[in-house]
Amino acid sequence: MPDSGAARTGLKNDRRLQMLEATIKQHQYSKDALLEILHTAQELYGYLDRDLLLHVSRQLRLPPSQVYGVATFYNLFKLKKPGTHVVTVCMGTACYVKGAEDIVSAVEREFNVIRGGTTGDGRLSLFVTRCIGACAMAPNAIVDGETVGKATVENVLKRVKAVLEAEMVEAR
Amino acid sequence: MSKPIELTIDGRKVVAEEGETILKAAKKNGIYVPTLCYLEGVSSFGGCRLCMVEIKGSPRLFASCITPVAEGMEVLTDSERLRRYRKWAVELLLAERPHVCSVCVANGSCELQQLATELGVDHLRVDREWTDYEVDLTHERFAYDPNRCILCTRCIRVCDEVEGVHTLDLMLRGKNSKVVFDLDENWGFSQSCTSCGKCSAACPVGALYVKGKPLSEVKKKDLVSFIMERRSGK
Repeated sequence: MPDSGAARTGLKNDRRLQMLEATIKQHQYSKDALLEILHTAQELYGYLDRDLLLHVSRQLRLPPSQVYGVATFYNLFKLKKPGTHVVTVCMGTACYVKGAEDIVSAVEREFNVIRGGTTGDGRLSLFVTRCIGACAMAPNAIVDGETVGKATVENVLKRVKAVLEAEMVEAR
Repeated sequence: MSKPIELTIDGRKVVAEEGETILKAAKKNGIYVPTLCYLEGVSSFGGCRLCMVEIKGSPRLFASCITPVAEGMEVLTDSERLRRYRKWAVELLLAERPHVCSVCVANGSCELQQLATELGVDHLRVDREWTDYEVDLTHERFAYDPNRCILCTRCIRVCDEVEGVHTLDLMLRGKNSKVVFDLDENWGFSQSCTSCGKCSAACPVGALYVKGKPLSEVKKKDLVSFIMERRSGK
């Protein structure tokens, strides 16, 4: 069996790893394909942790620092595990002027989470992002992939509480 | 032998080889151009904007370390305008992180300090940023203080191109960038670092340094260019 490098980096040899390996092979271990491969890795694993980055760097024969540099350069890549639910608030100019900051601080206070971070129980993450391109609907927030246009503190908090509660009901 | 090219630098006729940069042509002829991120022996990327020169016929300023010479070019390496821009560049570098000379190992042998003196920077016209990065003292012989780093990436280029290891790289972007070892490891725990010390020799300020000694006592001048010269068999 070809050396997948998994044993050395502590990645479990599961379906996700096999998919990642297939992608790397598709790109013929090309160093230039780093971005595509990191995209695939994040899609498969949800976020890029240490072991995953080390694995990619070994497979592509790239220095770990270079892989880390690329992964941190782009905001799209997540290096920490995001919460079960994710709120993203647009901080583009239009949204900011329309009061996005109030929404972010309200979510921070209400759910005890800092922007860019996750709650202690890992259930909610709060991110801020640059312009999402829906300035006419400013301010915008995205709760679990669904955009809330013309957002207010009240309707964002309501929406977040709704998704958190929906999960509780499912759990029962 | 490549074609010789004739150009004028500061009113002096000089001859350079095809493909050479303006900076190199100036240096060969004893004309001083201030530099910071430029390091003899490794690649240039024109980041610090201190080696900027004026070229007749263009309103733009050019970073001389990456601009190749051309036939009949008229270059000006010093002018009121250039000094104004260079002064700003140094001030912005100083404002980006808490550069406090009196408590720095590089005090007296720091290239940034030297340039600030040359350009007459006695105060900053912008607010300073008081970053609070942790100082990395985990390595046996070297230390790394990101608060003194000016992000010139000399260490990164030296580690990659001379030592061939690429232990160092930049994380994040813009003013939040930080030089990291491997995956933002502590230096002492970096698996790829060979402890060769070339990064600390390349550092123009006191960000990467040899522990326990002021920089003025550590002979390091032109270590990298010396290595590269020997390697090329000259």
